[in-house]
Amino acid sequence: MSDIDKLCKIKTDCVKTLLGLYKRANAGHIGASLSCLDILVCLFFNRMKENDKFVLSKGHAAAALYTVLAKSGRMPESELESFYKDGTLLGAHPPCSRKLEGITFGTGSLGHGLSLAGGIALSNRFSSKKFNVYCVLSEGDCNEGSTWEAALFAAHQKLSNLVVIIDNNGLQGFGRSKDILGLEPFAKKWESFNFEVVEASDGNDFSSLLNAFENVKNRDNGSPKCIIAKTVKGSGVSFMEDKMEWHYLPMNEDQYKMAVCESGAKNA
Amino acid sequence: MRKEFSASIEKIATTDSMVIFLTGDLGFMALENVRAVMGARFINTGVSEQNMVSLAAGLASQGYTVLCYSIAPFAVFRPAEQIRIDVCLHNMNVKIIGNGGGYGYGIMGATHHAIEDIAVLSSFQNMKCYIPFCNEDVNEIVNVMMQRKGPSYLRLGFGIKPEGLDLPAYSGVRKLKSGIKITIVGLGPVILNVFKAIEMDIGTDIADLFVVSEMPLVELPAILLNSVKKTGKVLVVEEHVSRGGLGENLSLLLLEKSAGCKLVHRFACGYPDGLYGSQAYHQKKSGLDPEAIYKIIKELSNE
Repeated sequence: MSDIDKLCKIKTDCVKTLLGLYKRANAGHIGASLSCLDILVCLFFNRMKENDKFVLSKGHAAAALYTVLAKSGRMPESELESFYKDGTLLGAHPPCSRKLEGITFGTGSLGHGLSLAGGIALSNRFSSKKFNVYCVLSEGDCNEGSTWEAALFAAHQKLSNLVVIIDNNGLQGFGRSKDILGLEPFAKKWESFNFEVVEASDGNDFSSLLNAFENVKNRDNGSPKCIIAKTVKGSGVSFMEDKMEWHYLPMNEDQYKMAVCESGAKNA
Repeated sequence: MRKEFSASIEKIATTDSMVIFLTGDLGFMALENVRAVMGARFINTGVSEQNMVSLAAGLASQGYTVLCYSIAPFAVFRPAEQIRIDVCLHNMNVKIIGNGGGYGYGIMGATHHAIEDIAVLSSFQNMKCYIPFCNEDVNEIVNVMMQRKGPSYLRLGFGIKPEGLDLPAYSGVRKLKSGIKITIVGLGPVILNVFKAIEMDIGTDIADLFVVSEMPLVELPAILLNSVKKTGKVLVVEEHVSRGGLGENLSLLLLEKSAGCKLVHRFACGYPDGLYGSQAYHQKKSGLDPEAIYKIIKELSNE
């Protein structure tokens, strides 16, 4: 089985688990999780080595993170049963309690992730440990000034072990990114901040993502890396795709059945 | 106090390779020695306090003890959310160092003052605020802070130990003077104005004088409670706003112990007429100057 076939199979399994989590919890943020799930599957099942670190800056996609942590053996799968329940570690946003090994930092307020990842990446300079740090940002994250402070710092300090992946789905909290706070020319912004930038033209496609990862890896010139992954919010579920409301809505019974039926179809 | 602070850190950093120092582009005439000793472990992160604090949390997650230095208002308020979430909620070993707490930066104006810092930070999970009251106090407090794992804030100010005062062994609440008629409790260097007031003509045995150096105050030490029960009169003095400072904190502890007493609070009033001046000017505007404190001590002791 090829790498891509393997990832597709894993993704299909992850989507079903993810939808189940959201349905049982009657919770929203489904669109945001589906948007970046392919990126997370690609990282946790293909790119990341054992010592590599991960920060999910867009903490509202927590269920996608919980799912890949469980499926990749970094967290007991049984933990998922507590999602959204009273007394859980697995709330709507990743926990700050440091009780889960796979989650170094709880997030949920945008604009923190890149600095945190930068600090983790910087620590390599003072020890014999060598690892890469991967950080997934949303466009909302890129509205925050602190993200650009972190970008300036990472480039100035040549944190070449830092890889930023932007889940660039074009939607944010209350509208389209281009109508709210335009980020274009997005790639040029990151380039002008001295990041090595690669665009993944389809961030919900493993071949596009793997190519982008390989491409930035080969540009190892001492700069931090940035992959702008063009994604679709709610990817893989037709009625959710590119719809802002699926940032917030929970699924009813029929929607859940339809979503499960469609899930994974694109990459399977 | 920043000179004493940098001397202490220089010593610690020389022996402990797990200490990393970040500054938000400040430290002229204060941190040059620290920079020289620490080499690559000293990083000027630029004027970006939010990034500096989260970055520190990231480093701390890998086992390092990280100091974040700026002047007090920039160290506390701009990155308040980063301190709250990335440092405090995660219980990271990050030390926020704020120089010039209170009205310390005087004529620099309100942007450079920190009179609400303790209220903000002492309300955060796991945070311990340290407030030395004189230069001679700094080294021991820095050592205590560095030995305690977890989020800390060090509020540096300006103050010279009164002549003849023997600095008692360090604790969060220390008794500096003994007296009979009233109990005075102060936070940080403004307590030195109480010393000056007592020296006027009050009589040195009029007040039990305590200095508080750690906030929040979680427990009332027996020695302080007994003093309040003895005198029945408490004067609280702090260069910090009334809300969320020592006065409120102490009042609650006293109420919980049913220590019926009269309490007078002198605190930073902000900028009542919008005018700026030296630290002494702002203290006077708030009734924190030696003369005003002298008057209130007189009134209280004659009641």
